[in-house]
Amino acid sequence: MAKRLMKGNEAIGEAAIAAGAPNYFAYPITPQSEVAEYLCWRLPEVDGVFVQAESEVAVGNMLFGASASGKRVFTTSSSPGISLMQETISYMAGAHLPVVFVNIMRGGPGLGGILPAQSDYFQATKGGGHGDYRIIVLAPSSVQEAVDMMLWAFDLAEKYLTPVMLIGDGMIGQMMESVEFPDKYREENNPDEIEWALTGAKGRKARICKSLFLNPEQLEENSFLLAEKYKKIKKAERRCELYNVKDDNKIIITSYGTMARICQTAIDELEGEGVSVGLFRPITLFPYPEEELYAEGSKKNIKCVLSVEMSTGQMVEDVERIMKGKKKIDFFGRTGGVVPSPDEVKDKVRKILRIKK
Amino acid sequence: MTSSPTLIFKRPDAMSENVTHYCPGCTHGVIHRLVAESLDELGLRDRAVGVAPVGCSVLIYNYFNVDFLEAPHGRAPALATGFKRVRPDMIVFTYQGDGDLASIGMGEIVHAANRGEKFTTIFVNNAIYGMTGGQMAPTTMPNQRTTTSPAGRDVNKAGFPIRMSEMLSTLKTPSYIARVGVFTPMHIINAKKAIKKAFRLQMEGKCFSMVEVLSTCPTNWGINPIESTKWVKTDMEPYFPLGVFSDPERGDD
Repeated sequence: MAKRLMKGNEAIGEAAIAAGAPNYFAYPITPQSEVAEYLCWRLPEVDGVFVQAESEVAVGNMLFGASASGKRVFTTSSSPGISLMQETISYMAGAHLPVVFVNIMRGGPGLGGILPAQSDYFQATKGGGHGDYRIIVLAPSSVQEAVDMMLWAFDLAEKYLTPVMLIGDGMIGQMMESVEFPDKYREENNPDEIEWALTGAKGRKARICKSLFLNPEQLEENSFLLAEKYKKIKKAERRCELYNVKDDNKIIITSYGTMARICQTAIDELEGEGVSVGLFRPITLFPYPEEELYAEGSKKNIKCVLSVEMSTGQMVEDVERIMKGKKKIDFFGRTGGVVPSPDEVKDKVRKILRIKK
Repeated sequence: MTSSPTLIFKRPDAMSENVTHYCPGCTHGVIHRLVAESLDELGLRDRAVGVAPVGCSVLIYNYFNVDFLEAPHGRAPALATGFKRVRPDMIVFTYQGDGDLASIGMGEIVHAANRGEKFTTIFVNNAIYGMTGGQMAPTTMPNQRTTTSPAGRDVNKAGFPIRMSEMLSTLKTPSYIARVGVFTPMHIINAKKAIKKAFRLQMEGKCFSMVEVLSTCPTNWGINPIESTKWVKTDMEPYFPLGVFSDPERGDD
């Protein structure tokens, strides 16, 4: 299919249709309201479902109900809205239901601001709701990657029967880039072919979709079942991308999303100055590409692993954990909607290597 | 020649064989049966999906031969909305208590009713939180003693009981909203008619429908089952009058 110039938010909406998920429930919030503004006219064209709910709490729970039908469903929101959906995310994880949430992150905590940030890393990867669960977290760094990830996200959600969250900073939602969609859009699921879907108890026993287990042994069993699922996900679904990784790298930067692209620019410019820096970009934040980071970060030539984030330091805690004290770990971040420039990243690298300008 | 006996009364197909956990004198069991009979008589059992609440009827799915979803507290109308929108051919109902629907889930029920979602809500109002042990509900009567209003509900601090049926019937969107009781056989017969009508209107794709059922809670009210049914009549019914508050077939919308 020909390339189209599209805003990230609109491309994410179109990608869900391509993924066979024309069922969208949402509540407006900056900086991603364009998704709803796009889908409110686009979904009727494909006989999809568009509901503007009364709150993000309701959105989450509409998804809960809709997902149990066996059809593919999703929402998009931004940080404060995603906080309100944590109730449902916990319930849906417990009930083994597939769903895709998109968080176009803005600055927090609280009402925070409306500009790009990456300060929801902990919430997304460590479980923002109650209970012993994880969700799959994907982090696109371009509009095209966001589109490709949407297609993948629904497959992952169904493969593992789990909520999946795509986290992009506000930049991913607001920026326009050329994108390509698949030539053939996926058909919607036929609920009758899905063994767990609620389709009416016709000629079979009634199906119950729930996260309630009053018997502690049964609840423990469900928790171990979830743990087993996360183990499989960790084994099979880690993704990362390496950039300029070479034997003469002195530093490995870890960075994701838009921030990783800014780091690429910094790395290119540093290379011209004779300073060799590699980039390790996690594409999946849960499961984190742990073995891959350890392998790259612990190489002899590496002096320091530097985590660069649009936060005050969240992913860096995982980097420290993964590197197990093997190398010096450093951090650079701006937050609150302030996006670091390549120059700031370069200055940080020079400082670590004690290079004078 | 003697003719073989004819079965004239049996457990509805929509009900399972499981014994309920409800306390003696609680009318949840009666209300469950009325829902099940309605599903049977309208031939809806095998395309129905129920949404269970949080509260005493949280385990309702154990007592029905019907697919069920278990909702977070108060959110059943949102789940029902989601399901019904993607499967408009199915029959969807929520079964909710007063804490679930009129307190924590107030937002969800009001907006679902206002959007005119085509599902049915069975709202069981027994003026108290049952499962958590008898705390004050939004429908607790003035001066009624509960574990969180031991001196009786103080309307100056807790406000007056909320009349959900009246409140929802003020919405302009067409709906069927009725309040019934199950405290005498006659009331049970009338309750059945209302519940069956609510499901029929959903079948016909007409409107949102809600039947509020005044129910009992002898355990947490601290009185016996017979006194409980009397108390519904003497203390609840005057404040929560029975009747049809909104009916698309009456043309009063």
